[in-house]
Amino acid sequence: MEKRVTVKSEREEYRLFRSRAYVAALIVLIALSLVFARLVFLQMNQFEHFTALSKENYQKRIPIPPVRGLIYDRNGVVLADNHIEYVLEAAEDDVKDMPETLSRLMQLLPISLQEVNKYKQKLRVNSRFLPVVLRKNLTEKEIAIFSANRSRFPGFRVSVRVQRNYPLGSLASHLIGYVGRIDKRDLKNFNESEKINYNGTTHIGKSGIEKQYESRLHGQAGYELTEVDAHGKPQLKLDEKAPITGEDLFLSIDIELQIKAEQILAEHNGAAVAIDPRNGEVLAMASMPTYDPNLFVNGISYANYNALRDNIDNPLYNRALQGSYPPGSTIKPMAAISGLNSGVVTPTSSVYGKGYYQIPGNKRKFRCWKKVGHSHISLNRAIYQSCDVYFYDLAFRMGIKRYSKAMARFGFGLRTGIDLPHESKALMPTAEWKRKRFDKFWYPGDTVNSGIGQGFFTATPLQLAHATAIMANRGRQYRPHVLRATRVSRNLPKKLVTPEKLPSVGVTKLRYWDDVVRGMINVVHGEHGTARASAAGAKYRYAGKTGTAQVFGIAQNKEYDASKLKKKLHDHSLFVAFAPIENPRIALAIIAENAGGGSKVAAPLARQLLDTYLLTPQQKEELMASDDSSKSDSSPSLMNINKLREAVETKRRLKTQALINNSNNNSNNGTKSKTIIRPVQ
Amino acid sequence: MNLKNSSGFSSYIFRWLASLDLVLLVALALLIALGTMILFSASGENMNMMNKHTIHLILATIVMLVATQLSSDLLRRWSFWIYIFGVAVLVLVLVQGTMGKGAQRWLEIGSLRFQPSEVMKLAVPMMVASYLSKKSLPPSFKDVFVACMLVLVPMLLIVKQPDLGTSLLVGCAGFFVIYFAGLPWKWLGATIAALAIAAPLVFYFGMHDYQRQRVLTLFDPAADRLGSGYHIIQSTIAIGSGGFYGKGWLNGDQSRLDFLPERHTDFIFAVFGEEFGLLGNAILFVLYLFIIWRGLYLAMKGHDTFARLLGGSLSLTFFIYLLVNTGMVSGILPVVGVPLPLISYGGTSLVTLMAAFGLLMGLRRRKRGYDQNT
Repeated sequence: MEKRVTVKSEREEYRLFRSRAYVAALIVLIALSLVFARLVFLQMNQFEHFTALSKENYQKRIPIPPVRGLIYDRNGVVLADNHIEYVLEAAEDDVKDMPETLSRLMQLLPISLQEVNKYKQKLRVNSRFLPVVLRKNLTEKEIAIFSANRSRFPGFRVSVRVQRNYPLGSLASHLIGYVGRIDKRDLKNFNESEKINYNGTTHIGKSGIEKQYESRLHGQAGYELTEVDAHGKPQLKLDEKAPITGEDLFLSIDIELQIKAEQILAEHNGAAVAIDPRNGEVLAMASMPTYDPNLFVNGISYANYNALRDNIDNPLYNRALQGSYPPGSTIKPMAAISGLNSGVVTPTSSVYGKGYYQIPGNKRKFRCWKKVGHSHISLNRAIYQSCDVYFYDLAFRMGIKRYSKAMARFGFGLRTGIDLPHESKALMPTAEWKRKRFDKFWYPGDTVNSGIGQGFFTATPLQLAHATAIMANRGRQYRPHVLRATRVSRNLPKKLVTPEKLPSVGVTKLRYWDDVVRGMINVVHGEHGTARASAAGAKYRYAGKTGTAQVFGIAQNKEYDASKLKKKLHDHSLFVAFAPIENPRIALAIIAENAGGGSKVAAPLARQLLDTYLLTPQQKEELMASDDSSKSDSSPSLMNINKLREAVETKRRLKTQALINNSNNNSNNGTKSKTIIRPVQ
Repeated sequence: MNLKNSSGFSSYIFRWLASLDLVLLVALALLIALGTMILFSASGENMNMMNKHTIHLILATIVMLVATQLSSDLLRRWSFWIYIFGVAVLVLVLVQGTMGKGAQRWLEIGSLRFQPSEVMKLAVPMMVASYLSKKSLPPSFKDVFVACMLVLVPMLLIVKQPDLGTSLLVGCAGFFVIYFAGLPWKWLGATIAALAIAAPLVFYFGMHDYQRQRVLTLFDPAADRLGSGYHIIQSTIAIGSGGFYGKGWLNGDQSRLDFLPERHTDFIFAVFGEEFGLLGNAILFVLYLFIIWRGLYLAMKGHDTFARLLGGSLSLTFFIYLLVNTGMVSGILPVVGVPLPLISYGGTSLVTLMAAFGLLMGLRRRKRGYDQNT
């Protein structure tokens, strides 16, 4: 090792420093270049990424929910609209001294301590920049008082909220359905674009038309792009897109007929469906009892819901669409067509009705409703006198396979495909079905029972009405539908929905239709028709068929009291009809549960419906004048719909109010009676 | 020059002006002008803060001008006492802090608050330079060891405060003197190797939780999005979204809307990057680089070894400020409380830095007055 130089050399030290300084300068350059490279990476390569992140930071997209489309009946009567409500609200950040301001507000307006406490609670939960509602449902007077004093309450303001409203209350509630708050299940079903579109929406269609046409009624959400700071406080508006209001829907329902249908069924449970056979438009679809859809809009209370759910009459159940009833004799016209087509009967062939029917080689007797029998009976009489033996024989000779297939042509056992959710297909039984369902053989006796619409055979009132419409149309058929027209904007013309034509029901000889329809005409107009009494004095000619369905085997809740249980075992009363014969404009099916014979109950009710739809206003007035015993509501016109509705409402309320034993928020009832039904052009 | 013989005040003023380094002065003025502009934006156009900043600037300029008049001889003679005074105050602060609660960085004398650790940024390199300049260079092992001790004692005292950022800067300032004195490359290599080995140990045993968290955050800012990662996430968003041309002065969304924390102090560089873009950053970096190089140049011109060592150290410390701050704000170095030199808001740091530049300019002279040309 060299010996260290101990003498300080200024020159050497300068040189040493200089070389170190050069190295340092180089290191500085390299280090700063590395940092700069990082900046190039951030500001050039990642520019777009960070721009997006920056925007995500400060741009807040506030969704503006669209106004939901309205629902009208075919004549423009409002069935569902949007109720405007004025609320008093303020964000915590906008009010300087909240407790003091609140106490002054309480002196000015009748605000309860409860409301104030609820408000304070919400303030704690929400963002300090988000307005929170202090008082709902401001009256005009309250708004006026507040507006005059608003300068004393900086931060507080009156704003408008929109809420779905069903002005007719329980009327056609199963059909119209209702909206409710969007829940977790709805959110799960949303796709990506729906998630964005529903961002600001609170309610969604939960049943009926409201659910079926949700996408049309909802509209397109708009948005407001706002700049916010790190604390979420809005700074300024950057962009805005107005929402597009949902489409207005015009249903094919004739509200007058609907009211009448609900009114005549008010005493019974049951359903009525009327279809225009010329295009499949549903003119009325009633299911009784009903419920008030307004209860559901802002979340039904447990007490109200339990009362509806536990009601033995099951008001939430749409009988017209989901009720599977044994159709009884009402299917005999369709069975007759099936028999004629298959050749097992002819228009003139006859059967000897001895009061009961026995399958060859079997002792079991299938009784006819007429114990003494109809003696020699042919097709026409078999229909108008509703001979069971004739149809036992017909079905037996066809066999269940052929019979089922033929009846399915009329829509039995199939969904009609109506534009409403949760339709039942009821049951047109087959041997295979029975084997699968019960693991049992199909017995010939099962076939025989199916021939008179009993046994396993069930149908919904909608299916019956649809099958009757096919009869009225001589085989031509349209898919039943409720939506008649839509309107994108109030200024634009309505767009009619094109009826969907379905494959016609074919017959081997065209005259078969006339042969069967003649039987149906004789049911009401014939000397011995089962429904001749109900047709007395009719201003038009119509065709129909009575039905009396035995109730059996339906599992009923055993806890019901004895009198009710007994009632539940009574026969269902059914009637199908179409009118006028020459050019049918209406086909209907009506079922009154446990009401007795079809000719006694359902047929007169059906007559009232036909009168309501077919008679001119003058004819109705004449009818009213000549028939004093029946009150004014037996002949409704658009003028007194309100009165009628109230009558139905009262009946319903008396019935359900007894069950709903709570006196809370039924404030809707008061406002409802004030609602004006306004027809629109 | 014909004014050379003119006596009296005017000639004194002339010589005084001539002693200033105008090139460095112009560069500093440009940087400060740019810094004041961005501070105006970062403060949210807060005039109150700008007024205070103006006072800081005036104060810093006066201190700088005074510092230019301190000859290297004078500094060398003072360095020991300043160092002893500084260490004493650090101990005092620490004792005060132990009796109080938490971090104690400030010493309050009447209404005046001052941060003794800031003094050490100058005192430590002066002391080490003064010590080593007396030795024959390159330094022997013993000299290096003593020099290291002189650096480590105040470093540890400052770390205890705790103030990692200042401690590192003080350590760097002292270390750079040793480096310029001719620390053999072999030893330098060995030291770096030793540090690399020691780093994990320091990380696990020698750091406060929050310091460890800051280091971890660097590697994965998203892991603690609203905690310590928030600063880095927001500052990188600010810089990145600035792009090439920037969003324009007063138009930085990240800063204007308060997304950027500490935006007028430690994170002001993010505001600069957001509003002036890569172009502005390039200008800023060129300006900084120029100042550092000019500082090294002035150091080389230093009158004696002490002057050179001190000047080199001050220039490189300034560089370390810049490196640590921009590295931290752009997300490649851990978050350490180091301001962006001459731009971040804060009087103490500004005054210290300007004093350092004043010293740098005065290094060429042996004594006060006109004998610098010998």
